[in-house]
Amino acid sequence: MFAYCADPDSLEGLRWFACYLTTGKHMLFYQSFGFVIVLMLITAPIALGVGFAGALASRSHVAPLRWLGTGYTSLVRGVPDIAFFLFMPLALDQGLEWLRHKAKCPDWDGPIRQGSDFVVCAEAKLPLSSSPQWVHEYYGIVLGIAAFAFVFGAFAAFVLAGAMNAVPKAQMETAEAYGMTRRQATWRVLVPQMWIYALPGLSNLWMILIKATPLLFLLGIEDVVYWARELGGRKTSAYDYPHGDWRLWYFLGLLVFYLLLTRISEIGFARLARRLSRGQATLAGAEGARA
Amino acid sequence: MSCLQTIADYGLRSIGIGERLLPRSDFTLCQQFTLIGSGLIWNIYFAVFALVLGFGLSLALALARNAATPVLSKPAQWFIFVFRGSPLFIQFFLFYEAFTLLPKNGIDLNLGFVEITAGTRWLTRAGAGALIVLFLNTSAYAGEIFYGALRSVPKGDLEAADAYGFSGWKKFRRITFPTMLRLAWPAYTNESIFLTHATTLVFFSSFPAWQQKGDALYYANYFADKTFNPFVPYPILAFYFILLSLAIILFYGRVYRHLNRYLPQERRPRLRVRPQMVR
Repeated sequence: MFAYCADPDSLEGLRWFACYLTTGKHMLFYQSFGFVIVLMLITAPIALGVGFAGALASRSHVAPLRWLGTGYTSLVRGVPDIAFFLFMPLALDQGLEWLRHKAKCPDWDGPIRQGSDFVVCAEAKLPLSSSPQWVHEYYGIVLGIAAFAFVFGAFAAFVLAGAMNAVPKAQMETAEAYGMTRRQATWRVLVPQMWIYALPGLSNLWMILIKATPLLFLLGIEDVVYWARELGGRKTSAYDYPHGDWRLWYFLGLLVFYLLLTRISEIGFARLARRLSRGQATLAGAEGARA
Repeated sequence: MSCLQTIADYGLRSIGIGERLLPRSDFTLCQQFTLIGSGLIWNIYFAVFALVLGFGLSLALALARNAATPVLSKPAQWFIFVFRGSPLFIQFFLFYEAFTLLPKNGIDLNLGFVEITAGTRWLTRAGAGALIVLFLNTSAYAGEIFYGALRSVPKGDLEAADAYGFSGWKKFRRITFPTMLRLAWPAYTNESIFLTHATTLVFFSSFPAWQQKGDALYYANYFADKTFNPFVPYPILAFYFILLSLAIILFYGRVYRHLNRYLPQERRPRLRVRPQMVR
């Protein structure tokens, strides 16, 4: 980074730190912070979409759809989310490979589970063994995002179902009195009004999503936790920048990063709530008018 | 080998009683049920002790945060902010690293007349170290819940207490505390369920599963790794945890009924767990 970093052994004090903190590995570490944020921004809308579908399903008049919706939300709530983060990528991977296997190799006659092995034909492998390294890496990340979307979709479904129930009944009755079908009433009356009721729950959900991101480490993704352990560990003099066990300080840094992230989100959501409740017939809306 | 034999061998494996070696091949359904169930002992241990100890600290935090003097309210506010604003996973790592940095031989405490050596080794074991983290974490979450409830105790009740000449400790014990607990109970139930779920994180953060004595998720993950088939161990784990969650709801529902016993019959609320997913 700096010109004087060429010979790390001669460095001392501040200059040593300036060079140490700008090594290539540290740059990867800093990038992983951005990676965490990008990942949340990708996951949140997907989870919201899944949740919206789940909430609509749990209100459906078609019984099997309703069972599916309520079963999905209560199953995810009853089981630790970490279990899903460990289960989903593996299950999705095997499920997809099995489907591809069925489609691509119909004349394969061996069993798929042979003892402790899961065997599919070479064309059904995901990603294909001939694909480049980055495809393998991205595949893992996509599976991770799917696991997050599954878990947070269930939470979002619960929040949104609650918000749909909070919209005054009279509104829906009026819509029906005007001759709207159930579908029309849902899309024209219910959905536009539910968001203000959903906001507290959704902001809470966003906070939980932030706090769940370090679990990506368990999926073998090189995230902030991975780099903190990697860089913080004791480095002997075989390395350019030897130091003792500094993992405590790295994790302290992560703690501060997450505290900042949640605090900033909190402030952002408070502003959003003030904006959305402007002009609403609620206590907060009335206060906004007075100010 | 019959299933009863398996239960005898592995039923208490997670606390080191029974067969030393975990099954390595030809896994039966019975083995998976038994070992994952055995791991549940750890989850219950962590949840019960963290909740029981945390109840006291969270009450203290709520009262401190509500105190008029900033000497009390500011530290409580910061404690709650730090533990609620950061991931539990990071807290586990952080505390584990801090515990390992403590001197291995223990700390010499000079009490003036006698010198004692406080061992620090046990802190790096999951049984104590992770319990401390869970205890502090749940105290912060429950402290915030109790603080919110404390703020929403009806003013009329407190004025009525004043009118009856209640004050100080008596007013708190007879009026403020029961009302606060009643108001906070549904949210606290929810927090307890999620804390129980969070106990599965312990052996996936830094804390080592010494001699393969782990919790339910540790064994479920062990089977999933060995058999490369996640569709058996994880549903078993889910089954156990749904039972555990139901047991918690049942227990807290009983307590809730007790807390509401003096309300008129038709005004007694039923415990409806609103999963606010505090973690």
